[in-house]
Amino acid sequence: MGFLVVDRVSHTYFTEKTAVTALENISFTVEKGEFVSFLGPSGCGKTTLLSIIAALIKPTKGTVFVEGKTLDCARASAGYMLQQDYLFPWKTIEENILLGLKIMGTLTETTKKRALDLLDYIGLKGVETHYPSQLSGGMRQRAALVRTLATNPKMLLLDEPFSALDHQTKLKLEELVWQTLKDYEKTALLVTHDIGEAIAMSDRIFLFSTKPGKIVRTFIVPDELRRLSPFAARQHPQFSALFQSIWKELDQLETNK
Amino acid sequence: MKQTNEQIHSFHQQYIASRKKEKRLIRFFQLAIFVSFFSLWEVASRQHWVDPLLFSSPSAIWDLFVQKLADNSLVTHTFITLLETLLGFIIGTVAGACFGALLWWFPRLAKTLDPYLVVFNAMPKVALGPILIVALGPGFTSIIAMGVIISVIVTTIVVYSAFQEVDANYLKVLKTFGATRYQCFKEAVLPSSFPTIISTLKVNVGLSWVGVITGEFLVSKLGLGYMIIYGFQVFNFSLVLMSLLVIALLSTVMYQAVSIIEKKLMKHR
Ligand SMILES: Nc1ncnc2c1ncn2[C@@H]1O[C@H](COP(=O)(O)OP(=O)(O)OP(=O)(O)O)[C@@H](O)[C@H]1O
Ligand SMILES: [Mg+2]
Repeated sequence: MGFLVVDRVSHTYFTEKTAVTALENISFTVEKGEFVSFLGPSGCGKTTLLSIIAALIKPTKGTVFVEGKTLDCARASAGYMLQQDYLFPWKTIEENILLGLKIMGTLTETTKKRALDLLDYIGLKGVETHYPSQLSGGMRQRAALVRTLATNPKMLLLDEPFSALDHQTKLKLEELVWQTLKDYEKTALLVTHDIGEAIAMSDRIFLFSTKPGKIVRTFIVPDELRRLSPFAARQHPQFSALFQSIWKELDQLETNK
Repeated sequence: MKQTNEQIHSFHQQYIASRKKEKRLIRFFQLAIFVSFFSLWEVASRQHWVDPLLFSSPSAIWDLFVQKLADNSLVTHTFITLLETLLGFIIGTVAGACFGALLWWFPRLAKTLDPYLVVFNAMPKVALGPILIVALGPGFTSIIAMGVIISVIVTTIVVYSAFQEVDANYLKVLKTFGATRYQCFKEAVLPSSFPTIISTLKVNVGLSWVGVITGEFLVSKLGLGYMIIYGFQVFNFSLVLMSLLVIALLSTVMYQAVSIIEKKLMKHR
């Protein structure tokens, strides 16, 4: 059995007037240390899926297993990084990155040192006493990554973490996140709108259709690209071939609607 | 390069000088208004342009002030009013914030109480004065109660809506770490509502003065409100105006104190 198993998960949002089915019969497995991406049109339920895996909402149908256990037992096993950094503006960077440890009650000298080392590793040494408003967008997103990693989660859920950044910063951060996750051997699930980003960073790509959200295709990124860092992968000849085929598939999804 | 640096420096000096000049000018006009208002008042009263019995005069008020200071009655009255106002202000604000937190904690309670809050908020609270005096006795307690009741409901409503307006994504961040409801409140809901809470403090300064002075009007025993009512009844308008000036001074000081607290708390936003 895989590290993360999503078994026939469906989710419907109920409001007084409507019932919106965001996800229908989603099943897949992710191995330990694997990096997978979810690509799909807006509103196909990607955020919903991540929220279910993070145990923030309960699916109306189906089960999610992490290392063979259902989610209720493995609470907070995932680190979740949102589209914007959502650093708490009234806390210093140090207080922000230690927040998860504090909440989980695992803040000790050792874990604190680990978090501060991580801040150093990611190139943010010396900003511990700064407030988020004193940092640039890219620095803030890196600090948010440290906050997520500080609790040593078993897997990382990334919900379009780079979409609010300029292109240059985005490429640099992709590189950094990819390297960090490889170094720390983390399993990661990335939601993105950017086909290139999905190919450059992941081992497998799930393509979603909308209304209701379903997995329509799975692309396996060839070994040559997987071994390369995101930036190098973008230069590889195989990159554009895969890009083309995913593009066509997405285009068809849009026109068939 | 060096030349341009010097140029920038001299421009900066000029800028600072012009700002200073502007500030001094404003201060001068403020002082001019103050001085001419009181001089005009004095002259108008002495020349009988206005009725000195009704409008008194700065010099008469000052004489009365010195006299009341000397016989200690002003200090007693001022002290009692200030104490009532501070207590009314603090109790009203703290209780309002606590009620707001309670409503946030129990959403069902909030929904149930909603119409009652609306009615209570719309009602002119000073109209409850006579009932309070009957219930709590004509004295200190019912006056403080007036100060409290006038600010507590509006504080509850404002604080509760501030708690509700917290960006859900901050809560999402906390919940991914498995935060409890109390942790969510302490780490996100409360600190992100601080600006709103501070601004209700400012409003409450004014409100608690209204409540307390009205309470003293009704009870008519002690305090600056009593001095105003007494002065009015015996037709001593110097006394009325003097009490009014003391109130203006004290409420300004309180308001400034809240502003200083605000600056300290808002440093990083
Ligand atoms: N809290 C909610 N209540 C009701 N409907 C919701 C709620 N959250 C999401 N939905 C609906 O569920 C569907 C999927 O939403 P979701 O946010 O998961 O999409 P997404 O794939 O993340 O979209 P995007 O790419 O724009 O972020 C949408 O149709 C949305 O309107
Ligand atoms: Mg989304």
